[in-house]
This record gives sequence, structure tokens and C-alpha cells, in this order.
Amino acid sequence: MNNLAIRVENVGKQYKLGGKKTSYRTFREAILNSLTGPVRWLKGKQQPVETFWALRDVSFEINHGDAVGIIGRNGAGKSTLLKLLSRITNPTKGRIELYGRVASLLEVGTGFHPELSGRDNIYLNGAILGMSRLEIGRKFDEIVDFAEVEKFLDTPVKHYSSGMYVRLAFAVAAHLEPEILVVDEVLAVGDAEFQKKCLGKMDDVAKSGRTVLFVSHNMGAITQLCQNVILLNKGTLETFAKASDVVQQYLSSGGDTPDVSFDLSLKPNSAALIARVWLGGANGEPIPAADVNQSFAIGLELLVRRKISNAEISMRISNTLGQPLFTTNLSDESGTEKEFQAGNYKYLINIPMHFLAPDTYSINIAIHEPFVEVLDQHEQAMSFEIKETGSRMWRYNKLGYGNILVDFPWKEIS
Amino acid sequence: MSDQIAKLDSSKTSPSLVIQPQRGWVALELKDLWRYRDLLLILTWRDIKVRYAQTFLGAAWAVLQPLLTMAIFSLIFGKFAKLPSDGIPYPLFTFTALLPWQLFAFALTNASNSLINSEKLISKVYFPRLVIPISSVLPGLADFAISFIALIGMLIYYEVPLSARLLSLPVFLILAILSALAVGLWFSALNVEYRDIRYVVPFLTLFWQYATPIAYASSLIPEKWRLLYSLNPMTGVVEGFRWALLGGADLNKTVLVSALIIILLFLSGMAYFKRMESTFADVI
Repeated sequence: MNNLAIRVENVGKQYKLGGKKTSYRTFREAILNSLTGPVRWLKGKQQPVETFWALRDVSFEINHGDAVGIIGRNGAGKSTLLKLLSRITNPTKGRIELYGRVASLLEVGTGFHPELSGRDNIYLNGAILGMSRLEIGRKFDEIVDFAEVEKFLDTPVKHYSSGMYVRLAFAVAAHLEPEILVVDEVLAVGDAEFQKKCLGKMDDVAKSGRTVLFVSHNMGAITQLCQNVILLNKGTLETFAKASDVVQQYLSSGGDTPDVSFDLSLKPNSAALIARVWLGGANGEPIPAADVNQSFAIGLELLVRRKISNAEISMRISNTLGQPLFTTNLSDESGTEKEFQAGNYKYLINIPMHFLAPDTYSINIAIHEPFVEVLDQHEQAMSFEIKETGSRMWRYNKLGYGNILVDFPWKEIS
Repeated sequence: MSDQIAKLDSSKTSPSLVIQPQRGWVALELKDLWRYRDLLLILTWRDIKVRYAQTFLGAAWAVLQPLLTMAIFSLIFGKFAKLPSDGIPYPLFTFTALLPWQLFAFALTNASNSLINSEKLISKVYFPRLVIPISSVLPGLADFAISFIALIGMLIYYEVPLSARLLSLPVFLILAILSALAVGLWFSALNVEYRDIRYVVPFLTLFWQYATPIAYASSLIPEKWRLLYSLNPMTGVVEGFRWALLGGADLNKTVLVSALIIILLFLSGMAYFKRMESTFADVI
């Protein structure tokens, strides 16, 4: 019996290099190119267009009723894969077969218009996601119920709190009834309560025999929701196997060594770039995982191409749910931004022991001129684990006691 | 839902959708467009609703614009320059032409910028991209309907007798929308790759307005230039409007030439748009 939902065969996607924003051409260039083209061709010097493969030779099959997670680091090709499956962009190579109606949810609230009321936006967003007016009308009450916005249905959504906005947006999407649902990391928004609700809804979708493809950095959600997981690495499919196995491989092994070097050619024009981030011991020597009973450091290498006068480097540490725990800045001690001359720089950011609880953490890092320009930025630049080697809280491990270890004094008073 | 389930059953043997690299000319996939007709309507309705949401005078703008333009034209071209208006009161003569023209100019500008204004939609969700330019030309019809009421008032005021020719007005209305969409399809797709279009369109519409018999009668154009002149698709539309509403001599081949040009532009615009469609998300 053929129960196939998705077949992906040797799919590759090639992008022109230079970043999205610089790829608009002007008439002048186009005209110049067409004029000089024949000359260049005669001289045999065809100008090579710089390209890179965001995805290459990816093949897999998914059956109806499966919930499959997709994981991998920044630039592994997760978003590209989702965009191909949801027909937003076309593959450069290969073939994708889809058996059944596909709906994709790459962003919460796509097409929401701030001036329109909640009611209007439900219809608008529903139609954008591919529902007919009839379908939306039929599910309208359910959507409103799920989003808990009855009282504000006729208020323009620009007056909504961000929580309400996200709830409404997800509610519309959650009531799509496709055979195949493709979801990007949309659960990183909203409060924990609502995230739970969303996960529950997606679980229902999967249990009702439909196919779910789910990209996330939240390993907890991935293992909870998916039987199988695809691990992408630098555009190729590394593993496709049982969820817990793949997540373990991703978190512990070479798939995610906490030492990441970034491709500097991707941003040829940026004045400053983050070149490498790694997890190190107190003196910066690379280590595979941190120990709750040892202090450790995050290492950072920068490449500065041109002088920058007011640069700031910020590092944010988040837990597995994507909730930020704290941010540390280069200027925290000096109080002022730094002037950088062209060159290479290295930093060690020391983190004391008995501060972060044993768990997996991720790092977001940015070099920027505050409120002027972000020069380079890596969301989920790297994740690392702090091992439980016997902290005060070890007995409560995995009970969700929080991410910060404290030893505040308790005094009995009468 | 029932058709979806049927689809699922038939999918046991063959895929319901195959995604492959796309190069060169492709089919128009009008069936796919038809499936998204509700989105087309809702986007049109959104544009109408949003446009006047935060303006003080609201829908009155739809009448004010052509009325004020008519007043200026009447003063400068009618009264001072004394341009001929084929024996029709000048204000009525120019207002009848301004209605389809403003519909066209508004729709063309909207359509040309429609794709780049929908960048977020295009990079985050799939639907037939043709929905975007098509839904951007339709809101102009709301303005047209409002200012058409003003035109009826003027026809009554000037005691213009109406004839059966009035029944042909929808044809010219469709031609006006179609020509805006035809040029808009080309421009919106070009605009994604060449942002110059954004600057070209305002200039072009200004230039185009004077190449169309709005402030003057086309009888002003020397006979030997007439054929060239009728290559402007809006010439035929404007003449058709005057013919249907104000009476006068029978229509000549100008209208036919214009209609042919419109259809040619429209078909080539559709083909070019579909050809470029698969690259929009990568470039925009």
C-alpha cells in the first residue's frame, strides 16, 4: 500500500551570493551587462556569478500521519527546505512530490493588517493561508474561542497586546485542515501557557492522521511531538531517524560541537563580522560541555574590516524554550562603546560556576552600533550543555526548577 | 472538504503536486488562480477598507480628485486656451474622460508597486502571485463608482440625453481595468528585479495623461498621426466613454486598435509574469 505524503528526490537549491538585499539590479547595470556581455564572451572571460548551495542532494520520504521534526544549526538549510515544500521558492535541482493539500505556517500572522479589526483579520489571514470564505465562516467561532479574543473582535489589531496578536494569528493557522502541515519555529513567541496550547493543537493534528513537518530549536518540543527527526547540516541531510536518537546526536556529537566558525564570505560588505564562537574552559581551551561545578567561558573571535567608532558586542543566553535569560555586553564594565581598528579580535566571556543550572543553552550574538546598525548577528549561534555533576539541586533535575542556581539566605523569624 | 478527501484517495497512486525546477515559459495555471478567488476578493476589500480608514474626508476623496482636476482643466484648457471639445460643455467633456483615466492611473500605480509592497507575503506563504496585481487594480472601481454618481449629476445638469449606447459602457470600463492590469503585470514583475520602476511610473502616468485625449479632443491630432495615436490603449477607452455617454459621431477604428493593443499587452504581461513568478521570493 502506498501511504506516501511527501517524497523529496535529490533536491538542491542554489542562491546567488551577495545577500538578498544587494541583488536588486538597476537598469543601468542590466543595460551595461547586455552591452558588454558579447565583448566579454568574445574574450572568453565570462564573469562567474558567485553562488552557493543552501540545500544539496536532499532526499527523503514521509508517510501520511507522521510528525517529523527538522533540526540543524543556522544556515543548515531548514528554512530553505520549508520554503521549497511550501512552494514559496522553486528548487534548482531535483523533484518534490506532495500527496495532499499542503499548508505552511512559516510566520505567525502573515498578512495581518494593523488597521483592520480582529474579525476582518481572521478572514484576511485565513484566505492568505488558503482557506475559502465558507471554510473560515464555519470555523470562525472555534478560532475566536481558541484565541480568547471575543471582547476585542471589532478592535483594530494595532491596539492588541502582542500576546493577543499572536494568539489570534496562531488560532487562524491552527484551524487549517490540510493533509500536510509545514510549521516553522512559530512557537518561540507567546507565553508558556499559550505555547503549551499550540503544541497540544499540533499534537492533535498529528494524531488525526495528518502529516506535520516541524522546524524548531526547542528540542523538548521536537521529541514530544515528533516520532522521527531530520538533521540537516550545511545543506545536506545528515540523519533521518528516531527523534530521541537524532536529538541526542545533535546535542552531544560532532553535529553540534560547541565550536562554530562562520563563513565570512557570506557578508562581503559588512564592516565587522563574528568569525567564531566556542565553548571553553576558564582559560579558553575548547571543551565539549560545561560542568556545573566549574567555571567556563564563551570564546569569541571577530574580524573587523574597517574602523568602527561606536561598536558594541552583545551576547544573549537563552534556555531550550528560547526564553532569554540574560544579556552581557562588551560595554558592561567600561560603560562606553569601543572603537575598533581593522584587525582580528578575540574575547573570553567568563561565566562563574554554580550560576546556570544544568541544561542546554543557546547563544545569540550580535556586533552592532547601538540603535544605528547591526553589523553582524547570529541567532542560535551555538548551543552548549552544562552537565549535572552534583549541584545542590541535582535531586530535582529535569523537574523544571528554573535556570538559575542561587543560594539566598533563609532566616527564620518569629 | 469532500473534494479534499477525494483528492487524498486519488493520491494513493499519483502525487497531487509535483515541484520541480522551472525554467523558461510556463503555463498560466488559471485553475490554481480560480481556487484562490476568495483571497482575491478579500485582498481587494482590504485595500478599499484600509485606504480610507484613517483619512478625514474618507470616500469623498474619490470625487474630489477628478472634480478638482476638472475645475483646473476647465479653467486653463477650456477657458484660457480654448481647446475644442467637440461642441460639448468643456467641464462635462473632460470629466467624462477623467473618470476612466483616474481609474487607470490609480490601478496602474497600485499594480506596479503591488509585488514589492507584498514582500512579506511573498516570502512567507504560497498562493498564485497573480492574485496580488489583480487585487490591486480592483479597488479603483470603488472610487470609480462614487465619482460616477457625480458624473450622472452632471449629465442631468447639462441635460444630456442618454441613449442605448450607455449599455456598452461596461465594455470600456473593463478595457480600462484590463489595460492598467496589462501594463501593471509587466511593471510589477520588472519592479521586483529593477527598483527603477518605482520612479518611472509617476513620470510615465503624467506623460501618458497628456498623450490621451482628456483635456482636448482627439480631433486635434492630425490625420496622419491618428494610427500612431491610437496605439495608446487609453485613447480608445476615453473615446469609448465619450461615445457611450455624450453621443457624437460613430466610433472609428481607434477603439479597435486600442482594444487589440490591450489584449496583446495583457497576454504578454501574463506570460512574462508567470515566467518570472518562481524567482520573486528569491529576489524580492
